[in-house]
Amino acid sequence: MLHVSNLNTQYKDSHGRIVKAAQDICIDVPRGKLFTLLGPSGCGKTTTMRSVAGLERPVSGRITVNGHPVYCSGTGVFVAPNKRNFGMVFQSYAIWPHMNVFQNAAFPLEVGSRKLNRREIEERVMRVLTVVGLENFADREATMLSGGQQQRLALARALAMEPELLLLDEPLSNLDAKLRERMRFELKRLQRELGLTTIYVTHDQSEALALSHEIAVMSEGRIRQIGSPRDIYERPANRFVADFVGLTNFVDAFVEAKLAPESYEVRTDMGVLKVTSYEEHAVGTRVLLSVRPEDVELSEIRPVGDNVLTGTVDAKVFLGEFIDFQVKVGDHSLLARVHPSLKTLVGESIQVRINPEKCICIKPD
Amino acid sequence: MRHLNTQTMVIGACLLAVAYLALMPLGFLFWQSFLTPDSADAASRFTLDNYATAYGSIETLHLMGNSLLFASGTAAFAFAVGGALAWMNERTNTPFKRLFFALSIIPLIIPGIMFTISWILLGSPKIGLINMLLQNWFSTDHVFVNVYSMWGMIWVEGLHYSPMAFLMMTAAFRSMDPSLEESALMSGASVHQIFWRVTVKLTWPAIFASMLILFVRAIESFEVPALLGIPVGTQVLTSAIYQAVHQYPSQVGLASSYGTTLLLITTAGIYMQSRLTGKGSKYATVTGKGFRPRVVDLGAWRYITAAVFMLYFVMIVLLPFLVLLWSSLQRYYSVPSMDALRNVSLDAYRFLWDHPSIGNSVLNSLILAFASATIVMLLTSVICWIVIKTKLPGRWLLDNIASLPLVFPGLVLGLAVMVFYLNFNIGVYGTLWIMLIVYVTRFMPYGMRYNGTSMLQIHKELEESAQMSGASWGTMFWRILLPLLKPGLLSGWIYVFIVSIRELSASILLYSPGNEVIAIVIWELWENGQFVELSALGVMFILTLLILVMLAQYVGRRFGVKEI
Repeated sequence: MLHVSNLNTQYKDSHGRIVKAAQDICIDVPRGKLFTLLGPSGCGKTTTMRSVAGLERPVSGRITVNGHPVYCSGTGVFVAPNKRNFGMVFQSYAIWPHMNVFQNAAFPLEVGSRKLNRREIEERVMRVLTVVGLENFADREATMLSGGQQQRLALARALAMEPELLLLDEPLSNLDAKLRERMRFELKRLQRELGLTTIYVTHDQSEALALSHEIAVMSEGRIRQIGSPRDIYERPANRFVADFVGLTNFVDAFVEAKLAPESYEVRTDMGVLKVTSYEEHAVGTRVLLSVRPEDVELSEIRPVGDNVLTGTVDAKVFLGEFIDFQVKVGDHSLLARVHPSLKTLVGESIQVRINPEKCICIKPD
Repeated sequence: MRHLNTQTMVIGACLLAVAYLALMPLGFLFWQSFLTPDSADAASRFTLDNYATAYGSIETLHLMGNSLLFASGTAAFAFAVGGALAWMNERTNTPFKRLFFALSIIPLIIPGIMFTISWILLGSPKIGLINMLLQNWFSTDHVFVNVYSMWGMIWVEGLHYSPMAFLMMTAAFRSMDPSLEESALMSGASVHQIFWRVTVKLTWPAIFASMLILFVRAIESFEVPALLGIPVGTQVLTSAIYQAVHQYPSQVGLASSYGTTLLLITTAGIYMQSRLTGKGSKYATVTGKGFRPRVVDLGAWRYITAAVFMLYFVMIVLLPFLVLLWSSLQRYYSVPSMDALRNVSLDAYRFLWDHPSIGNSVLNSLILAFASATIVMLLTSVICWIVIKTKLPGRWLLDNIASLPLVFPGLVLGLAVMVFYLNFNIGVYGTLWIMLIVYVTRFMPYGMRYNGTSMLQIHKELEESAQMSGASWGTMFWRILLPLLKPGLLSGWIYVFIVSIRELSASILLYSPGNEVIAIVIWELWENGQFVELSALGVMFILTLLILVMLAQYVGRRFGVKEI
């Protein structure tokens, strides 16, 4: 449905130097799917989305929607943003304060190229307001809405134009934590029900994991990995992705032997470990292990199986639904996230087990 | 493609209009100052004679000396008065502090020409009320005060500009972090030491910037030098320009060279001032946030400061207005007495009502004020959009060009426009159109300021979401930006309306019979010695301006920027 290939953008900073924002971006979004651009600020995710919207003009590349190019540096095509018929929800919501709720949502229908009569406009506006649960607020001044309501109105306005593509620019970042979680569910339900092809930009990895069909993790203007939320979390392709999405322990290691396809034995400061790798590594090369804290199993009695180590509890932090243990194994410190029922005291020794399937081996940067 | 064209056309037209208005006449004036007059028997040719005449004579030296003395004297006096009042208001527990802020609107309400005339009625050696009352009391012929002198000029102009100094120094005092002074206090400094070594040092850029602005305003002011200086031969640059144009044969070349000189002085002054107050200066600690500073307890002295303030209020508002009111109620101008009180009449107001040319001038003023306010605000809204919201290369230049008229003295702008349209006759000379051109040029910077402040508060995404909704540029501008700009647009509109309606110094060289404006009629009545009628017109003028200013303040509060 949306196809972006070899997209490059750049801008001039205040000193007139050219800064490359997004580089060689290639993404493919199938119809009806929610695709997330995830990354820290300044990684180029917003620029990429704005290029798709037409609010920014890339320097090269090609963007097609349903096979029709909206931008192509080769043929010089650039469709103006007001001609693209993409709905967009902005980070600030951009609700026009001089209009009421109805007028805000009706605006796209009044200014578009398709001419609708008043009755049709009213019908469609009320329909989208109902979808987002604002049907009883139609006459309210836009400035009198709460943050969550503004967010819904921004969504209703984007939906009113029956867009081919919905663009969401950090739509939840201005809400407080509780509301954010509720809106996350609501957004997901709406997107799935309406089957709208959606691009979602966020720096919040939990939002990305919760909502997306597919995620592109970006940093420094480039896409570092594209995959399903589970892929991104469980099979990070590189150090950046492992580090940015979720918490992880990194352990330096050297490959000792290949045991089976995708299974290796490596040597670390903590001892010899069995690990999983989705890439090929030659014996003797340096690699990096990534182990999620929740995959570091702790127990006071020595368990049976592979990758069992002995350590001492260095520090612990009680966080309610779980406890974070800082465990020292040799010279190496591991973070383990365990059930709060484990009550081993600081300074006591503890058994550590890491499931080889959860011990992911990636190339060091 | 059609929509793209509207955008290109509107932006292009606004760019051309601004560049044309701000650059053409002054550029032409500059060029003209190097030419001999174009007459029937000789074409104009290049010459340095104008400058030679202007700078060759001892008279000019005298003129420059007078101008500098007048401007620096005014700046110093206005600053001393305004700065002291600002300190009293911001840093002491003087009673009636709220009244102080009424000061900020006084210069808007009482135009320079009315203020000057009322001080003539108060302080002239022959008819001045102060002299006559004192002479009555002490039964002498001694002239106690004489406004027809350099010191009189400085007194009147300085008083008139003191509220401006008050406002600027108030802002400076207010934006100073009190902890800077408190830490000096904790270091063991005495109040005296804190004042000289911290307060004054920190406000120094503001002090200097205020002095520069006051100097520039004084050197380009026309009313006081014309009304008080010309009768006794105390010439400054502005009055010399006026006389050079008005003598026969008129010496436009000479006026141009004086004008160019004046323009250079004001440009230098404003440039230095903007450098001082600009961003990135090392005095950044004293800009930005509003603080509530420490207040000095004056003890019993606070009644003295309150009395000083009252006296000031009497001199700047009460006396000028009352003297006008008094003289407007007389048949013939006379000193207040029981006798005169019996002669009170409304004849003068009746005269104004019956006189068609006065009604006509009011209409002219209204038309001009309405048109210039509307054009200025719409034009600068587009310019501000380009400057603030786009990444168009060279937009800083556009910003500077649109703000350039700030340095044009009204009289010099009037002269430049006059000379320009006399040479390029497109039929506007001698009509209201030429006045409109001057007003739009002169007040463009105010439009830039009001619209710019509002434009900065409009989030870029409000505009982008309209674009994403499918709106063309024109629709976006009309339906999203202009309504969002409304607070600034409205206050700016009223402000430009007010300053247009009081405009004198640029109009004075451009009016012709039939298209006088109110300020010009006042000027003419003064020249004819019709003090009584003039006073009546002045009283009504001031009351109208008062209503307009209050309306402006109401609008400013009512449509305070809505934030979402």
